[in-house]
Amino acid sequence: MLLQVKSVSKHFAGLVAVNDVSFDVRQAEILSIVGPNGAGKSVLFGLISGMLRPTYGQVFLQGEEITGLKPHRVAERGIARTFQTTALFDQLRVVDNLAIGYRLRTTGGFWSTLFHGRRWKEDKDRTTAQVTETLQFIGLANKAFHFVSTLSQAEQKRLSIGVALISQPKIILLDEPTGGLIVEDTDQITDLIQKIHEQKKITVCLIEHKMRMVMGLADRIIVLNFGSVIAEGTPAEISRNPQVIEAYLGAGSNA
Amino acid sequence: MQQVFNGVMLGSTYAIVALGLTLVFGILHIPNFAHGHLYMLGAYISFFLMTLYGFGFWTALVISMIILGLIGMLIERVIYRPLQDRPHINSFISAIGALIILETSVIVIWGPQGRRIPNPYPDIVELLGITMSYQRLLVIVAAIAMIVLLQIFIKKTTPGTTIEAVAQNREGAMLVGINVNRVSSLTFAISTATAAAAASLVAPIFMISPTMGALLGMKAFVIVILGGLGSIPGAIVGGYILGLLEAVGGGYLSAAYKDVYAFGALILILSIRPTGLFGKEVS
Amino acid sequence: MASINFLREKWFYLVLLVVALALPFLISNRYYFQIVIMGCLFSITTLSLNLILGYTGQASLAHAGFFGIGAYGVALLTKEGISFWLALPFSALCAALIGFLIGLPTLRSRGSYFAISTMCFGVIISIVAGNWIDLTGGYSGIVGVPLPNPLSIPLIGEIGFQTQVAQYYLVLFFLLLTLLVMHRLVHSLLGLSFMAIRNNEVLAGSVGINTFTGKILSFVIANFFAGLAGGIFASLMGSISPSTASLELTFNWLIYLLLGGAATLAGPIIGAFVIPVIMEYLQFLAEYRLIIFGVLLIVVIIYFPRGVMGAVNNLRQKARDFSDRKKGAMGAASG
Repeated sequence: MLLQVKSVSKHFAGLVAVNDVSFDVRQAEILSIVGPNGAGKSVLFGLISGMLRPTYGQVFLQGEEITGLKPHRVAERGIARTFQTTALFDQLRVVDNLAIGYRLRTTGGFWSTLFHGRRWKEDKDRTTAQVTETLQFIGLANKAFHFVSTLSQAEQKRLSIGVALISQPKIILLDEPTGGLIVEDTDQITDLIQKIHEQKKITVCLIEHKMRMVMGLADRIIVLNFGSVIAEGTPAEISRNPQVIEAYLGAGSNA
Repeated sequence: MQQVFNGVMLGSTYAIVALGLTLVFGILHIPNFAHGHLYMLGAYISFFLMTLYGFGFWTALVISMIILGLIGMLIERVIYRPLQDRPHINSFISAIGALIILETSVIVIWGPQGRRIPNPYPDIVELLGITMSYQRLLVIVAAIAMIVLLQIFIKKTTPGTTIEAVAQNREGAMLVGINVNRVSSLTFAISTATAAAAASLVAPIFMISPTMGALLGMKAFVIVILGGLGSIPGAIVGGYILGLLEAVGGGYLSAAYKDVYAFGALILILSIRPTGLFGKEVS
Repeated sequence: MASINFLREKWFYLVLLVVALALPFLISNRYYFQIVIMGCLFSITTLSLNLILGYTGQASLAHAGFFGIGAYGVALLTKEGISFWLALPFSALCAALIGFLIGLPTLRSRGSYFAISTMCFGVIISIVAGNWIDLTGGYSGIVGVPLPNPLSIPLIGEIGFQTQVAQYYLVLFFLLLTLLVMHRLVHSLLGLSFMAIRNNEVLAGSVGINTFTGKILSFVIANFFAGLAGGIFASLMGSISPSTASLELTFNWLIYLLLGGAATLAGPIIGAFVIPVIMEYLQFLAEYRLIIFGVLLIVVIIYFPRGVMGAVNNLRQKARDFSDRKKGAMGAASG
């Protein structure tokens, strides 16, 4: 068990966004979190990654508690994430974004940078190697020195996954990585996620709306509605679950 | 007690100026750096009208308010509106340009020395052992009247509630068809006109000089940040607190360092509550 | 193709360096030369402001305050007989330390809140400088600050700093030092992390960057160099006053930075030289030149927000895109 979420709740001045949610993410699995809009999925990611503090409950990574840690500490521990609205450093280039994503694995500080010391040199070499490798992996090697603003939506999505990947995380949280993409691009991202799972052996936790994609990709699925878990199981089990069907039919989905 | 009276008078001035600043902040989402200098210009225009054209005090004040209102709208149109989607630092620079123009124009026309405005109500009255000049009393009364009028305007009239709507949610306001640009202009006009009024009221008591706006502007920032950028009650309460602290504290502590205490308090409070005492997060 | 551009750039900077070193022999007018010296000094302050503002995105308005700390530090120490060469680094370190202490509370705020917080701190410094009469001489300031002590250099002998030429080389040395440090910082992972903070602070935290320590580091380094410049200023000018720490100075550097081009290394230097020179040329306009300056400022910030270097970089990028497209077209034609 890699990640453990225990009875986590988040209250926002009268609104309960996440209500007593508990689940595990197992090593090397692809777990998908689904549910209608407003079900609390992104808030849940925020609680795990440290951007939000749970009102109740705890989060554990590999047995160690990470509840309430600041986002950069959570990232150091090995949780990387992407955002629903593609978040990148849009004033910079593709390689810069990736290098920044790898920064937390480098050790050189002010003095080493100033005197071009040993750490600075090692960091530079390792970063260059990692950036090159990640560029290849996400298929953006030909756009390496382009500015983010010149990339297409799909390329930007791939880049943000790359930025999460390059930090060599234990688990990667993807928040609607195919949002707003057409079918071909969605399939590309699906393939990329498969590649991450098979080649890098990184655990993936995925929020998605597109049920067809989720059914084909996920090992297990968790269904949220109005901030609570209403079902948990394999894709086959979930597709037969009456409560899930009602939640989706009732709310109206784009499955 | 004398100091308390002075503090209330000072606080009234601060409250009005801070109120104008906070109104504009609600619309702009950045502080108007030129506010202090606009206040200063208001005083000079009154002075100019009174001494050159012989207008009465009240006539001069009203005309000054109108002129400053128009200038405020000009500032919004030329300095801030073109930069509303850019990083905030650009608006700061633009405002610095405006304030350079304002200060230099005043120096060019009227010279860099301080000037005295004739006091229209030079009598004083003794009450409870406190010496109150009519002019100072006038400042307090007029300021309170303006504050009350403004509150009524904001809460009860259509233009006023529109201003609040735009301040709370600009995009939402646009979606329901509110002309956000006109609202911005109006807000600026109110902000600068009230500053002009405050300046003209206070001018006979102290001297006026081209640099009188700078320090006041900074104190207005302190008040508005402590009270919460965009919060009208915060600006009013903060203004009176600062005025009282300065008058009473200045009497007992070193007068020179009184500003240091105000600014130091700001740094301290912001470190504990990084968005001001009652403020909301600015994106 | 790319390698030729690279070489051309290196030659360009080499030529600049030679011109800079030879400048005393090219300019004989003492008055203009003084402007050049001031330009070099203010290049240091503008470059350091660029680090915290242009690269890390935090609008510090306290910069002149730290300049003042460095100036008063050197003034007081050297008048007590301590060597300039000890007083200078010590004062700069003081500025850095005070910057650290002030950064801790103020950097918890962002945007306008941080700007006003630092503005207040800068004003506090000038008020204290004006009123702590025993230490700082109050509003009359400190006079009679000695020039830097002569340096003994092996094989060359003693170098005194009474001449303008020697003072120029002193300032030039520190400017080049500042440039070297800034260059190394900016073209590094550390520099990238600063820019990440500027671009999207929340995302930077999310990818593992400790944004608070990043901001503090940038702030402290910037203030160190501001203090350094202040110390040199005190010694060369011979007298300082609370106006050395005034908000007006910070605004000047802010203008040099933005008009020259923030987040570039050449921009601050261009701004720090060109604008004072323009102001000198406009002397005949007397007070009106400030009005023109204000108007110019507004026009430039609205229409050329990235300053001179920003416009230059835009052109360069367009040229690169154009040649890329030409290459692509040729490749498609031949392929």
